[in-house]
Amino acid sequence: MSKPIIQIENMQFSRGDRVIYEDISLNVETGKLTAIMGPSGIGKTTLLKLIGAQLTPSSGSVLFQGTNVHTISRTKLYELRRKMSMLFQSGALFTNMSVYDNVAFPLREHTELDEDIIRTIVLLKLEAVGLRGAAELQPSELSGGMARRAALARAIALDPELIMYDEPFAGQDPISMGVLVKLIKALSKALNLTSIVVTHDVTEVLSIADYVYILANKRIIGQGTPAEIKQSDSELVQQFLQGTADGPVPFHFPAQNIADSFLGTAK
Amino acid sequence: MNFLQNLGRSTINKVTAVGASSIMLFGALFAFPIWKNVRLTIQQMYVVGVQSLLIIMVSGLFIGMVMALQGYTILVNYGAEGSLGPMVALSILRELGPVVTALLFAGRAGSALTAEIGLMKATEQLSSLEMMAVDPLRRVISPRFWAGVISMPMLALIFSAIGILGGHLVGVDWLGVDAGSYWSIMQATVEWEKDVVNGVIKSIVFALVVVWIALYKGYSCIPTSEGISKATTETVVFSSLSILGLDFILTALMFGIS
Ligand SMILES: Nc1ncnc2c1ncn2[C@@H]1O[C@H](COP(=O)(O)OP(=O)(O)O)[C@@H](O)[C@H]1O
Ligand SMILES: [Mg+2]
Repeated sequence: MSKPIIQIENMQFSRGDRVIYEDISLNVETGKLTAIMGPSGIGKTTLLKLIGAQLTPSSGSVLFQGTNVHTISRTKLYELRRKMSMLFQSGALFTNMSVYDNVAFPLREHTELDEDIIRTIVLLKLEAVGLRGAAELQPSELSGGMARRAALARAIALDPELIMYDEPFAGQDPISMGVLVKLIKALSKALNLTSIVVTHDVTEVLSIADYVYILANKRIIGQGTPAEIKQSDSELVQQFLQGTADGPVPFHFPAQNIADSFLGTAK
Repeated sequence: MNFLQNLGRSTINKVTAVGASSIMLFGALFAFPIWKNVRLTIQQMYVVGVQSLLIIMVSGLFIGMVMALQGYTILVNYGAEGSLGPMVALSILRELGPVVTALLFAGRAGSALTAEIGLMKATEQLSSLEMMAVDPLRRVISPRFWAGVISMPMLALIFSAIGILGGHLVGVDWLGVDAGSYWSIMQATVEWEKDVVNGVIKSIVFALVVVWIALYKGYSCIPTSEGISKATTETVVFSSLSILGLDFILTALMFGIS
């Protein structure tokens, strides 16, 4: 097996006083589709931003193709980022330009290609996500699922080696969800992309992932192939897979004793 | 103890904000000489400059008319209504032109800039640029910064010109001041360097401050609806106060000690 494209080693991260990650180590294998699952607010988006070096961990390291993304110069980092691409939860299409110009944007920024060639590439990418007909629409005219597909077309415009999906299925109707699942799978196979899918939609992602990490309580609580994960005897993992409200992952945000807060007996 | 802690924390926060906004300013300043940015800057000049033109022209006209009306009622008592021209021209070129334009600009364009950048942040467009290896300071902040700094002095000059015409409209066409003395005494009194250039300098200083505040407030806002609304309000309040404070200092330096 080739070297992992992403290696995270003993990474810790806090926001202010709040610890988000206590100690995380994980690998993303080149060419595979890795899923990272965890409840909302656990820090999944944060993890992707740490990989993209928009945030810096308090200790530990993140290696992309063997390079520590947090210690290199800004110029080098920008070079690395051309090989990775991120699909944001909201799509993050530029609202002041059409779908066509959105997809053409990274090409115009980073290449010297003629408009003719750009046009061909953009239309091909849009065709791949089924939106060639929507090229001239404005982002405000798209439905949620279409916006995410348009953003996906933009994300693959420069043929990245790694693509990170932030909750691609959140808030989608069953049909759009099916379309997205199929697209993500098809893209990672056809373009031989490495994909990281961050999500809390268990069934969808287990059906397409090659390897799964489950995050909870500031660390990784389970990992393995989808089959291994389903067989896991960890209570935490089973709670997450079955969606039980309370269990090892508590339903309540940490708080003082309820009697104390109502009776004012706490200090 | 608590008081000291809070004082310390808020001081640290202020210093951090000054540092962060300076870093942003430098990012914006030094990104200018890139050719692609010139096109973006011109586009932004249309948004912040041309689209503010109407409100600036209408305000200039009315302020000129009011100045002439007020000036006439005072000057006519001393039979000095011939000096209406220089009175209107000097007060508009030196003070009202730069200051009112800057205040209007802060309300019209500054608040819009903050809201726009704040929304781009909230909808992850800025993060998305970062991840596409495009520096948002270069791509988004810098063109808006230069567009504002270039547009505002021009708007202030247009304001002053229209204000002086408004003064003519009321003073000469309505109240019957002699047109010849309106223009000739104005021409004899107004000095290019002392009055016109100083007004433009004021206007450039105000532009730098207003645009800097507006962009920094947007760039650093908390990306929620409340965060954006707070940032927009702060842009207008902080810019207006800075304009008035700086105006006093600049006036003292330019005209106070002679
Ligand atoms: N800009 C920020 N400043 C402070 N805290 C933040 C910020 N962004 C996210 N957080 C906090 O970090 C935690 C993890 O956020 P996030 O990574 O968005 O979670 P997820 O994507 O798993 O839902 C959340 O509790 C959130 O409140
Ligand atoms: Mg998230």
